[in-house]
Amino acid sequence: MNIYLQLFLSFFRIGGLTFGGGYSMMPMLQKECVEKFGWCTEGDLMDYYALGQCTPGLIAVNTATFIGNKTKGILGAICAALGVITPSIIIITIIAMFIDGFIDIPAVANAFAGIRIAVCALIVSSIIKLYKGGVKDMPAFIIFAVVTFLSIFTDVSPILVVVGAGVAGFAIKAVGGKK
Amino acid sequence: MNVLLQLAFEFFKTGIFTVGGGLASLPFLYDISDRMGWYTRSELVDMIAIAESTPGPIGANMATFAGYKAGGLLGSIIASVSLIVGPMILVLIIANFLEKFKTNKHVQAVFYGLRPAVAGLITAACYGVMAITLFSVDALKSGDILGFINLKACALFAVMLWAVMKFKKHPVVYIAICAVLGILVKF
Repeated sequence: MNIYLQLFLSFFRIGGLTFGGGYSMMPMLQKECVEKFGWCTEGDLMDYYALGQCTPGLIAVNTATFIGNKTKGILGAICAALGVITPSIIIITIIAMFIDGFIDIPAVANAFAGIRIAVCALIVSSIIKLYKGGVKDMPAFIIFAVVTFLSIFTDVSPILVVVGAGVAGFAIKAVGGKK
Repeated sequence: MNVLLQLAFEFFKTGIFTVGGGLASLPFLYDISDRMGWYTRSELVDMIAIAESTPGPIGANMATFAGYKAGGLLGSIIASVSLIVGPMILVLIIANFLEKFKTNKHVQAVFYGLRPAVAGLITAACYGVMAITLFSVDALKSGDILGFINLKACALFAVMLWAVMKFKKHPVVYIAICAVLGILVKF
C-alpha cells in the first residue's frame, strides 16, 4: 500500500479509537507506529510526546506531525495530522447534526462507562512500557516521582514540568560527566 | 467578513495560543462565543462532555463542533484544519532541528530528563481517569465508605489489565469488549 495512504489510515485509526485526549493515545501509538509499522522507536515516541506538550497545538496532532515527518517528510506529516483529526470531524459533525442529548442516552452512557475501564487498563500497560524505557537509574526515578506527584497534587502547568525535567536532565548529565 | 474566513482566522489564532493540549483551548472558545455568537456558552459546556467521551483529540472535537455551529459541514472542516495549521508549521521546524542535533550530547541529556517526566505526566493523567472510573470520591465525602470502591469496575479493570499485558491484541479489541460489557452490566 502507498505509504502516505498508510500513514493517513493508521492515524485515522489512532484518532478514531483514542478516548479521552492526547495521553490515552499512547497505547494506540505504540501498537501502530512501533509494533506494526516500525515508523519510530518507543524512545522517539516519548521525545515527540514531551515536545508535543510544550509546543502550541493539540498533543495528538503534534505527535502525528513528528511521526509523519520522520517517516515521509512534510507530506507525510500532513497525511498523519489530517488522519488523526478526520474521525473527529466525521463523528462530531454527525452528533451535532442529528443527536440532541447524545451523552444522556442510557446505552451510550453505559458503553462509555465500560470504555473508560478499558482505557484505564490500556494506559496502565503503556505506562509500564514507558517506565521501563525511560526510568533506568535513580536520578531518572526521582524525576518520574516528582513529576507524578506535582501533576496529581498541584495545578502546576505541564509546560513548566517538561521544561523543568529537561533542565534537570541537562544538569544531572553535566554534573555526572565531570567525574 | 465572510463567516468561513472569520472561522479560519479565529481558529488559526486559537491553535497558536493553545499550549498543553485540547482543553487549554477552552478559554479561547469562550472568548469566540462571546464575540461572535456562533454558539452559546452552555452549548460549549455540553460539548466538552461529548468531546471528552467520544474518540479523537479533544481540541479537534471542540473546533469541529464550533465550526459546524457557525458554518455547517464546511465550517467544521475549516475550523479544525485551521486549528492545526499553525502548530504543525512550528512542529516541522522543530523536527528538522531535532534530526540535526539528535546525537548531540547536550540534547541527549535533556531527553534523559524528559523521558521519565513523560511517564510521570501520563501516570498523573491515568490517576485522574482511574479516580472517576474505579472510585467514587463523592461517595467517600458523604460517608459511604463501601460505595467508594466500584467493585465491578475494579474487577473488570484487573481482568483487562491482565489481558492487555498477556495477549497484546490491538487496543480496539479491549475497547469494544468493555463497551459491550458496559451496556450489559452497567458499571
